[in-house]
Amino acid sequence: MSKKIVATTSLAGCFGCHMSLLDIDERILDLIELVEFNKSPIDDIKTFTKQCDIGIIEGGCCNSENVHVLKDFRKNCKILISVGECAIMGGLPAMRNNNASITECLEEAYLNCVSVQANEEKIIPNDEELPMILDKVYPCHEIVKIDYFLPGCAPRADLIWNALVALVTGNEMDLPYEVIKFD
Amino acid sequence: MNKIKIRINDIVCRGEKGQTVLEIAKDNGIYIPTLCNYEGIKPQGSCRICTCMIGGRMMTACTTPALDGMDIVTNSDELEKFRATIVELLFAEGNHFCPTCERSGNCELQALGYRYKMMVPQFPYSFAAKDIDADNPKIMIDHNRCILCKRCIRRKKEKDNPNWFVFKKRGAKVQINIDHELTADFTDKLAQQAMDTCPVGAIIRKEKGFDVPIGERKYDKNPIGSDIEGLKE
Repeated sequence: MSKKIVATTSLAGCFGCHMSLLDIDERILDLIELVEFNKSPIDDIKTFTKQCDIGIIEGGCCNSENVHVLKDFRKNCKILISVGECAIMGGLPAMRNNNASITECLEEAYLNCVSVQANEEKIIPNDEELPMILDKVYPCHEIVKIDYFLPGCAPRADLIWNALVALVTGNEMDLPYEVIKFD
Repeated sequence: MNKIKIRINDIVCRGEKGQTVLEIAKDNGIYIPTLCNYEGIKPQGSCRICTCMIGGRMMTACTTPALDGMDIVTNSDELEKFRATIVELLFAEGNHFCPTCERSGNCELQALGYRYKMMVPQFPYSFAAKDIDADNPKIMIDHNRCILCKRCIRRKKEKDNPNWFVFKKRGAKVQINIDHELTADFTDKLAQQAMDTCPVGAIIRKEKGFDVPIGERKYDKNPIGSDIEGLKE
């Protein structure tokens, strides 16, 4: 059996879900026997070099670059998995969705916050090289079709492991009570 | 003769006249999920989570008085799907950021999400504009998390307490309001009681939180209802 190819990315997330993936401890050696990593921060491959079987998405979409990467993943991966609260519902970045406008957020970050010290010209970064910030933070499944969801902040290592093993071997997933958590 | 017999999921259960279906089920080790219901407060049946098939009709177990010979189904696939949908609707309607919530791990709504293995709600998140009222020195109200079960309002009514909490506005804009004058001299005990009455993290005690480590909280290891079902480890 040829190895399944896995790609991962972190959009508007904190890399905690990637840390949780690494938290499978010595099982990472078994994982390497089962899968091959393509585009991923883990092996630092920046662009897709071939079609992948499984795409693991951490984080929601808060700017145009996130949307671009997510659509690229949808094009290049047969199965996409939203991993963690941020990918599933926007998570902490989405706390700006309900009450603050994008202007308020930028002004707070670059002008009004007590820790702003050296911005005398009152500049809010607006270079055309920078990705555009979206009006709100979107869960991944509102941008592209997502096939599976693994909740948690971060999802328990066992949940990610069980899901990957189930997908790679084609067996039903083991879902004990302790592994499904929203925090 | 106050004793009655009812059939729940084809099991004969004994209870007393005047008890609700929910109470008899609980006494007989059958768990029916609840959210707006709170022991000691008159039930109102607004959340519909406890809906059961009673005599072939969908009725709320918390408000239905048990009658001798009733035939009740609490756990059919249809009912479980119906309940899971209510949980998903509540998650999509409010702004439930579990990772930042002090109540996480002890939250009844979250525990029902775990029980029904909710990976993602089937409904789009509303991200409705809701704010936080933190003016009171002892407690704060986070409207983002409120599921409008009215437990806080009903509890004080039952105990002849003053109207600490009331509903304000109407329809989709309705929210819990706290009376700042009446709660100005709130004690720690009353604040804790108010927090315990809330099924979610909408009423939170100030200057206290996260005191139980992850892994030891109420619903970390045992699903909600496992104490009733006798499955507790």
